[in-house]
Amino acid sequence: MDLKNISDTKIGVVGAGSFGIVMANLLAENSHVLLYARRPEVADKLRNEGQVGERRIHERVSVTSDLAEVAGACEVIFPVVPSEHFRSMIRDLAPFLLPSHRLIHGTKGLDVHLAEGETIHTVKKLNREQVRTMSEVIREETCVMRVGCVAGPNLAGEIAEGQPAAAVVASRFEEVIREGQAALRSSRFRVHSNYNLFTVELAGVLKNIMAIASGILSGLNYGENTRALLITRGLAEMIHIGKKLGADVQAFMGLAGIGDLVATCYSRRSRNFTVGYRLAQGESLDQILASMDEVAEGVKTVAIIRALIEEQRISAPITLSLYKTLFEGMDISKGMRLLMEYPFSEDVEFM
Amino acid sequence: MESVRYYIQEGILYEPVIPDIHDWPIARLFRKKQRFLQEVIGESTSQLAEFAAREGMTISDLIERTMYLERIRMTEEPWKVDPRDEKPFWSQMKKQLVRNEQESISADLLNLRTQEMLESIVERYANEIVSTFKPNSYHFAKRFLPVLFSTLLNASAGKTLRSMVNHNVQLQERILLAGETEAIRSLTKHGTIVLAPTHLSNMDSILVGWGLHALGLPAFTYGAGLNLFNTPILPHFMMRLGAYKVDRRKKNPIYRSTLDAYSTINLVEGVHSLFFPGGTRSRSGAIEKKVKLGLLGTAVEAQRRNFRDGPRSGSGKIFVVPLVMSYHFVLEAASLINQHLKYTGQEQYYLANDDFANYRKFLKFVWTTFSKSSDIVLSFGKPMDIFGNFVDNQGNSYDTQGRPVDIRQYFMSQGEVREDAQRDAEYTRMLGEKIVERYHIEHHVFSSHVVAFVAFQMLKREYKQFDLYGLLRLPEEERVLEIPAFKETLERVLYRLNELASAGKVHLSRHMINDTTGIFEHGIKNLGIYHAQRPLRIQDEKHLVSNNMNLLYYYHNRLTGYGLEKYI
Repeated sequence: MDLKNISDTKIGVVGAGSFGIVMANLLAENSHVLLYARRPEVADKLRNEGQVGERRIHERVSVTSDLAEVAGACEVIFPVVPSEHFRSMIRDLAPFLLPSHRLIHGTKGLDVHLAEGETIHTVKKLNREQVRTMSEVIREETCVMRVGCVAGPNLAGEIAEGQPAAAVVASRFEEVIREGQAALRSSRFRVHSNYNLFTVELAGVLKNIMAIASGILSGLNYGENTRALLITRGLAEMIHIGKKLGADVQAFMGLAGIGDLVATCYSRRSRNFTVGYRLAQGESLDQILASMDEVAEGVKTVAIIRALIEEQRISAPITLSLYKTLFEGMDISKGMRLLMEYPFSEDVEFM
Repeated sequence: MESVRYYIQEGILYEPVIPDIHDWPIARLFRKKQRFLQEVIGESTSQLAEFAAREGMTISDLIERTMYLERIRMTEEPWKVDPRDEKPFWSQMKKQLVRNEQESISADLLNLRTQEMLESIVERYANEIVSTFKPNSYHFAKRFLPVLFSTLLNASAGKTLRSMVNHNVQLQERILLAGETEAIRSLTKHGTIVLAPTHLSNMDSILVGWGLHALGLPAFTYGAGLNLFNTPILPHFMMRLGAYKVDRRKKNPIYRSTLDAYSTINLVEGVHSLFFPGGTRSRSGAIEKKVKLGLLGTAVEAQRRNFRDGPRSGSGKIFVVPLVMSYHFVLEAASLINQHLKYTGQEQYYLANDDFANYRKFLKFVWTTFSKSSDIVLSFGKPMDIFGNFVDNQGNSYDTQGRPVDIRQYFMSQGEVREDAQRDAEYTRMLGEKIVERYHIEHHVFSSHVVAFVAFQMLKREYKQFDLYGLLRLPEEERVLEIPAFKETLERVLYRLNELASAGKVHLSRHMINDTTGIFEHGIKNLGIYHAQRPLRIQDEKHLVSNNMNLLYYYHNRLTGYGLEKYI
């Protein structure tokens, strides 16, 4: 790329996991990037060696482990940390944020607020007030109003290899979409826009449930007919849950919904898919999670959505049987049977 | 001591914030009325040019569209207040448009001509909207109104002549000014206030007017529906008190833009304003769940300008104060709820004429409301900036974690205050949502609304098989509830309300500090007390009955949105 086009303004990325680094590298094609790594040893390694493990950073990516520096140097920041740590990270960042900041997150998970002593498994029901999307966490914890998210079929490995791909930037603010697009767009990376932030966030979150289920199918050596059934019913279930929570149907039909769903349901590179696959191969969930170095958001999402649909009285058979399989020791074949025997009446009922 | 007596005589409970009426922002503005009007016209015209460009229209298209809508209005909805030269004016415009088309004139000349036409339309509208604030009229009104109010209050309460003299004390007892009154008094000195009340009754604006006066605040300007100007005497006062005219029939872009410019420049000039964000009175009786964004948008726009151009008065900050009014009894309840049901259910309901069609009706209405209401609460909510951050008494903003916020930066990117209509529309939408949220929190729950809620929900549960309209048509002998079961349910709902109040999610009115039986009795006694048909009354020792299901539904609606249904 022509150096003249490299923007003077620095863009911030918070989180140096695999997707954080991929994001930083994508952004570095158009701008200078300041990447925040929480652990100083990781920051040092990235600074000195330009890589951590297999992951290399672009030459225009500089590294810090000081959040104040990120907020001070960058008006536009992409937080990309697992939902589990998202709120605490935002709390740490908040004192340095100003109303002029724009935050575009890339986290496909939910935040959950539990009463003391409760866990996500002991809690019977969760109401909507207890469950937050990442943009809602940002709004609650900071003075920043201009928020957005990046979603879509973004398997970190493929993007890192430089394969052509696309994403959606969603925000209620045209300004945020414009900036997100300008920052991410390149000859091999298309960036679509969507004004329905909540739906796009939710689609990205819910598809992880189906990715685990799809992994299970592969682990059981089922073929593509079965997977097609799962993807179709899975999409219907996602839309059904989404509608009850106030999302609109349309965004589910785009990159953030069906696009992302198809990519993760077919990909062995997807963490959530891997969880399902190994589970079906006979490993226990604890074993699997202990051996993964990065979070599979879908596992926590299944538990949250299970408690949420309980409250809202939503029927979601795939999520429910997946929950029982993952956490209550239900036999996988029984889960499959439930899926096959569930009385879906119509083929397409949600349009 | 002397001064206290003086204020009480004047109907003021607090010392005036600005003692000299000639120093009030609104008085200052109207001393330079012509310049103000010119600014409104200039502002609106340039906004319209931008609007047309954005929509890919020419100015001629815009005028033609407006003319079309105006012709429909003039034939289908003519009013007495409409100026006589309206039709000739638009015929003239029409001729001019035709001439522009027929003559082959240069693009420049065409531009010049259409620009002139646009200006003359805007000017016409601006003159229609504008009010005049006259200190002398205000002096008269402020003496006249409290006397009128308190006489009404006391006469009906059967008080002695002696107590009538101390009328203001009585007025204060009847109408509770609750909430952040001190903060509002302080904020009038630090910026411009936008007071945003819920809207239930035509009494609201009069009550708010009295409330602001009693708080010692300068006059607020507000848009009064042009239909109120069809009456003979009232308009005279309203105009002189700073009310401007809003014609809801005119939905054309040129009128809307002129109205917005009028409001924006008022705010920029530091004139405190009263917006009813709900638009019209709540037909269902519920607290607004959605608000109109047009006028709120002018607050956002005024704020942005003050940051861009520097403030013309004070800090240039705009403060939004939600205000929730509660009554046990709304005189228009019957016609409002019927309109609501007709609208939602396509039912054939008899539609009463507007209750304010003439002056006598109006006076009678004021009389009834004041003389018969046992309790009225004006709950002034926590003041916020236009981004929904709370502000302290000096007008400094704080975020949800209590950190100071420099709100100017919400309009900034790359280090500059920037114009972005879509961004500001989004800020406006968020402000609307915040106001709705605050309404539900600042709301003071009345005993009468709780009993109405419990009664209606119990009937709804008992007759599960019916939809709303079936339920409302229930024969009278089936609208009966047993008192012991009723009190049991009431207790559960009260328990939940107390929980909500402790969590800061709603307020309970002071008469709610009582046991279940006390609240039950107070509620039944006061619920829609002067309706010909009682929404709920005690039938015999063991039973309650509703004589009017629509009204029961209306008062019940006040408590929807709190998730109380689960406790029935």
